[in-house]
Amino acid sequence: MSTAAPLPAHRLFSPARVGAIARNTLTELTRQKVFYLLLLFGLLLIGSSVLLVRFSFQDQFQMLKDISLGAMSIFGSLLAILATAAMLPRDIEERTLYTILAKPVPRVEYVLGKFLGIAGMLACALFLMGLLFLLILFVRERGVEAEMAASLSGDAAALAAQIETLRAQVFHPNLLAAGLTIFAKTCVLAALTLFVSTFATSQIFTVFIVTTAYFIGHFQATAREYWQAMGGAAWSKAFAGFVAILFPDLQIFNLVDEIAVGVAVPLALLGKTLVLGGFYVLIYLLAAQLVFAQKEL
Amino acid sequence: MLRRLLLALALLLLVGVVRLPFETALQAEQRAAGFHAARVGLDLRQRLGQTGFLAALSGCRAVVADLLCIEAYSAWERVEWGRLNWLFETASSLQPRALFIWEMASWHMGYNASRAAREDPRWKLEAQRRRAERQYLELSRGFLQRGIAALPNEPKLYELLGTLERDKFNDPLAASVAYGTGATLPGAKGYLRRFSAYCLAQVPGREVEAHARLRALYDLGPQEHLPTLLKEMRRLEEKLALPPEQRIYKDR
Repeated sequence: MSTAAPLPAHRLFSPARVGAIARNTLTELTRQKVFYLLLLFGLLLIGSSVLLVRFSFQDQFQMLKDISLGAMSIFGSLLAILATAAMLPRDIEERTLYTILAKPVPRVEYVLGKFLGIAGMLACALFLMGLLFLLILFVRERGVEAEMAASLSGDAAALAAQIETLRAQVFHPNLLAAGLTIFAKTCVLAALTLFVSTFATSQIFTVFIVTTAYFIGHFQATAREYWQAMGGAAWSKAFAGFVAILFPDLQIFNLVDEIAVGVAVPLALLGKTLVLGGFYVLIYLLAAQLVFAQKEL
Repeated sequence: MLRRLLLALALLLLVGVVRLPFETALQAEQRAAGFHAARVGLDLRQRLGQTGFLAALSGCRAVVADLLCIEAYSAWERVEWGRLNWLFETASSLQPRALFIWEMASWHMGYNASRAAREDPRWKLEAQRRRAERQYLELSRGFLQRGIAALPNEPKLYELLGTLERDKFNDPLAASVAYGTGATLPGAKGYLRRFSAYCLAQVPGREVEAHARLRALYDLGPQEHLPTLLKEMRRLEEKLALPPEQRIYKDR
């Protein structure tokens, strides 16, 4: 008589299950060819580097950095919103959600797993975009070095000094900080989209709401300053306050414009910005779980 | 689910109240570190149009500024000086910490637009041409002064201002001050200190001070014994009628 091995006790929360859902989400997203956006990013970068040849090489590098980091921010945000908005409706439509939740998988693990999958995809996409950006920067920099070498062929010391200055101008460790703040912003957007999609009736509705929140999130600091300067009516101040409380202030994560021109980010400041991003993510995931826990499927 | 949704919104509002002071402090800290330098006011909306304004607000401020600079290049090729000025005004408002925008703007206004105005055949009178030229030079100076306000530790802007004051406004004192201020900043080129002294040497009534500064440079060693420095020292020694022990040209 054979005796079956006892089943392991079911754990209320299992990081392994969350990991499995996250991996599966990442695979699904990869199959959906969301990375095709990277092709667009590459074309934009190559196109702009061709367009910029009329400027001096310092200006070219500056503009290339601006355009690349700006495009990383926009494409990353687009990826975060569009990919996350499609996730829950697709899981319902393809009945994957029912298969998962029919098993003893708490809904919180599903929400967390889905978010981690999206965050993984965003990390991969931003990493690849960053790599492409650095590659183009490297190729352009080598081109300029060759031009310098041709014009200063007789003066090795001057050439070495100029090349060193050029490299210090082009490649700066702060570019990593720029990538991290972009990643933080896209994660906040992904978490917000996940929250909205838990109660949204359609994918378009989710995209519409989050896009509106995206613009309000970027605009609210300016609007707040404007209203404060105007010293307007009490209701307008109250409205500005309400908007500031309800919507995330996304300008706080927009450090790339200044990083591109060489402003250094103190480590403590970067840390605080990233912690704020993590805090936003946590709150939106909590809100998503609150709604999703009682969602009728 | 509606109850849960309301609960979630209440949570967001509650957390919003808690995070707002932290965010305000963080934003102030970011500003103090040199971030969010641009004041994207609503007047920019009129200048940029709806799309440009939205793009500038949604994390593409630097990209919009660069596109305006690219457009400015085309405006320069078409010799549209008014538009060129407008484009650089907008680009510099969007990205005030970009040195190259201030450099380009001041160069176009101070050297291209002003020269074109000076030779503009539409102005019949010399006085009109001079006035138009002066207006563009003032614009160039304005760009540099605002650039210095935005980037106070950038010696290149002081150098450009000094050169503009010296070559275009013929104001050696203002040039000397600009070069001198730039020379004290980290990363400044060595020649700024010399230029400041050379310009001061041209200011009537400041010869003694100028000589002292040139002498201080001279005493640094043979690397500073450059032809212009030696020529200016000789001129001042003669003008000030210095006693032989204070001269480097003792034969005179």
